[in-house]
Formats: sequence, C-alpha cells, structure tokens
Amino acid sequence: MPMQKNRDAILSDHNHDGIDRRGFLKCMAWAGTGALCVLEGGVLKSYGLDDPARIAKAARGELSFVQISDSHMGFNKPANSDVIATLKAAVAKINALPAPPEFMLHTGDISHLSKPVEFDTVDQILQSAPTKDVFFVPGEHDVLEDDGKQYRERYGKNTKGAGWYSFDKKGVHLIGLVNVMNLKAGGMGSLGAQQLKWLEDDVRHLSKSTPVIVFAHMPLWNIYPEWGWGTDDSAQALSHLKRFGSVTVLNGHIHQTMQKVEGNVTFHTATSTAFPQPRPGAAPSPGPMKVPAEQLRGLLGVTDVNYVRKHHALALIDSTLE
Amino acid sequence: MRIRMRKSSWILCVAASMLLALAALSAAQKSVAAGPPTVEVKIDNFTFTPATLTVKAGTQITWTNGDDIPHTVVSDNQSFKSKVLDTDEKFTFTASKPGTYSYFCSIHPKMTGKLVVE
Repeated sequence: MPMQKNRDAILSDHNHDGIDRRGFLKCMAWAGTGALCVLEGGVLKSYGLDDPARIAKAARGELSFVQISDSHMGFNKPANSDVIATLKAAVAKINALPAPPEFMLHTGDISHLSKPVEFDTVDQILQSAPTKDVFFVPGEHDVLEDDGKQYRERYGKNTKGAGWYSFDKKGVHLIGLVNVMNLKAGGMGSLGAQQLKWLEDDVRHLSKSTPVIVFAHMPLWNIYPEWGWGTDDSAQALSHLKRFGSVTVLNGHIHQTMQKVEGNVTFHTATSTAFPQPRPGAAPSPGPMKVPAEQLRGLLGVTDVNYVRKHHALALIDSTLE
Repeated sequence: MRIRMRKSSWILCVAASMLLALAALSAAQKSVAAGPPTVEVKIDNFTFTPATLTVKAGTQITWTNGDDIPHTVVSDNQSFKSKVLDTDEKFTFTASKPGTYSYFCSIHPKMTGKLVVE
C-alpha cells in the first residue's frame, strides 16, 4: 500500500467519520520510507527517522509497549537460515529504545513447527528483553498438532477458551484474540461464536472513552482474501467495538507492515523477526520471500506502540532490524 | 568338431534361457501385483496439483510438500488427515471407498483440493 494512499485515507476518514479528533495523534512509520507521520487535529506532520529526539518527543506517552511477531523459531530455509540471530537483533533493538517498554506483545507464530525446543529457544532469547512481561496470542504454527494444548500450557494459563483474554494497563483495555483455530476449508482466520460472545461481554462494562487495543495473529481486516489474509468473522468482532472512540488492532501473520484507518479503528500489521513475505498478489504464493542477504534485516523488525493520554491516541513506530 | 556344441548342451542352454525369461516375466507381474496403482499430488506455492484428481478405487495417492512452509492434507469429512508435512515430507492415502472427497490444508484453509474415487 503506497504511503500517499494512507495519508489520503486518514485525512478523508478524519473529515467524514464525525469523531472529534482534536488533539488526535496518529503516527506511522514505514520500513523503508524512513518517515514518522503524525496526524494532529487533522494536520499531517512528518518527522524523519534520523531525528530520534523529535520522534521521542512526538511519540512519548504514558503507556509504551512493543509488539513483536512471527519469530518462526525452527525455520531454516533460504529466506532466513538464522532466525535465532534475527530474533536476538529484534531484542537488541528493543533494548536500545530511549525508554524501556512496559510490556511486550508477541502476535503469534512464535514457533515454526510447534516443537517444544522452538518455544524454549524463543523464551530464552526473550529473557534478554528489557521487560519480562510478555503477552502472547497463538499463530497457526503454534497450534499445529494438539489443538493448541501445548501453547496454552506455556503461554495461556489464565486465558479463556482457545487462549483469549483481556487485561488493563494504565486505563487502556487490551484484548488478545485467537483466530487460528478450527479453520474451515476455503476460509480465512476464524474467531468463532464462543469467542465473539466473550468479547461482547468483556467490553460491555467499559466506558466508550476507554482506549481499546485488540491483538491477534491473523489480520482482523481483509487484506488479501485470495491468500487467506483476513478473518472470516472479524466484522462481528469489530461491531462490538463500534462505540469506542479509539480502537487499535495489532496483527502479524503477513510479515510486513500495513496500516488502515476505518472510522474509529486503526489497523496495523507488524513485520516478522524471521522472514519477509511478498506484497499481496506480488508473487505466486505468500511463501517466504528470499531477498539478498544485505536486504533481509531491512524487511524484519519490531513495532513500538505509545499511548498519549492527553492526545487520546496511539502512536505506532515500526523499526527495522538494520 | 571342437566348435560344434553337443546337442545336450544346446538343449540345456535353451531351457535355461526360457527359464530366465519366465522368471523375469513372473517378477514383472509380481511387482505390479504387489502394490496398488500410485498417483502423486504436488503441493507447491500453496496449491494442490492437480487440484482435482480422479482415480480408481484402490489407488494409492501420495502428496509431497514442495513449499518452505508446512502444510497438511485433511479431508472435509475427516476420511483422511495427514500430520503436519514440513518441506519434502509426504503423506500417503489409499483410496478404497468410491466417492468424492474434498480436502484442504488445515493451516492454510484457502488451499483446497478434490479427490474423486471411482
């Protein structure tokens, strides 16, 4: 998705959704473009990524956390023969942030083949992160053989159903959803009736001014159905979040950054720490994309998320591993 | 006189050749009779090829994953279900009961195929 298109989308949305965006701050940075864009009261501002002090000022918030995704531990094919090194580089990137994140989200595909040694390796590498507080949701690669039993034993002890849960951090309500189980032939990601009912009940008691962050592995918006890049029943989930002024949806799965703003909802996908995947339709299949070695780390990365209360918004900054 | 073969030796020779030929023939027949007919389905670029396969009952079908990403082969009605196939791994199913079996990859459900057993 070209950057210009996104700017248009945000500005157009600002003009038509009727939500008061005074003081609204929306940041996005695109791997490769080297820019941080901020939408403030309808005016788009951009900062060069080579100006860390200004970025820090623009993006500093009361709540700061990092999203990592798709570490695919165990993958050893030509697209990246050393996923241990790139996950370590991602952790080093997080350690180098101006302020340590309060917690981390891992949006799934922790492992490549659901093997215990793969999960063990990721856990060990994450020990070096600046926070031990890591919240997970499973990717389809984490629940391959046992309907996710091993995943839930490791990462989902206090979760509901297939591993969904919610928690609050500094007034922000975070919801981890599972959309990689019981997939139907011909379909995409799936949340299922039980989880949708739980979601409806989970947000019922919240005031509409509560910022909501939803994170799940597969995109909760239809990015490219031909490759299954979406979730069949995501519209039902989003219908339960309509009344909230600020909803941010964080996903992984497609191994590249993409962002869309629709009404009160900002959708964002994170890069992988393991290997890139092609842009939608740009290759015969969504399989791992082999790039020249010197380009690989420019296509992998982490996402830094900041919540600025007085601006009532979330700022997302994607950093590559370079 | 020396280069002429004795009559008994010549008969022996012919008999031996015939035995060898018979043995070879029966071995060939045995190899066909020993296994059912086999057919291959390739998994490449998140696609089953051929997407629709028609076979006689008793045919042995082998799926081979040529992708760098794991896949599965699962029939919609659970008549057959592979374990997770990593790169170059195979799954074999012998189609004994006639019918139409729709199947898919349970990891990437957009990947679908059809097996018709006659």
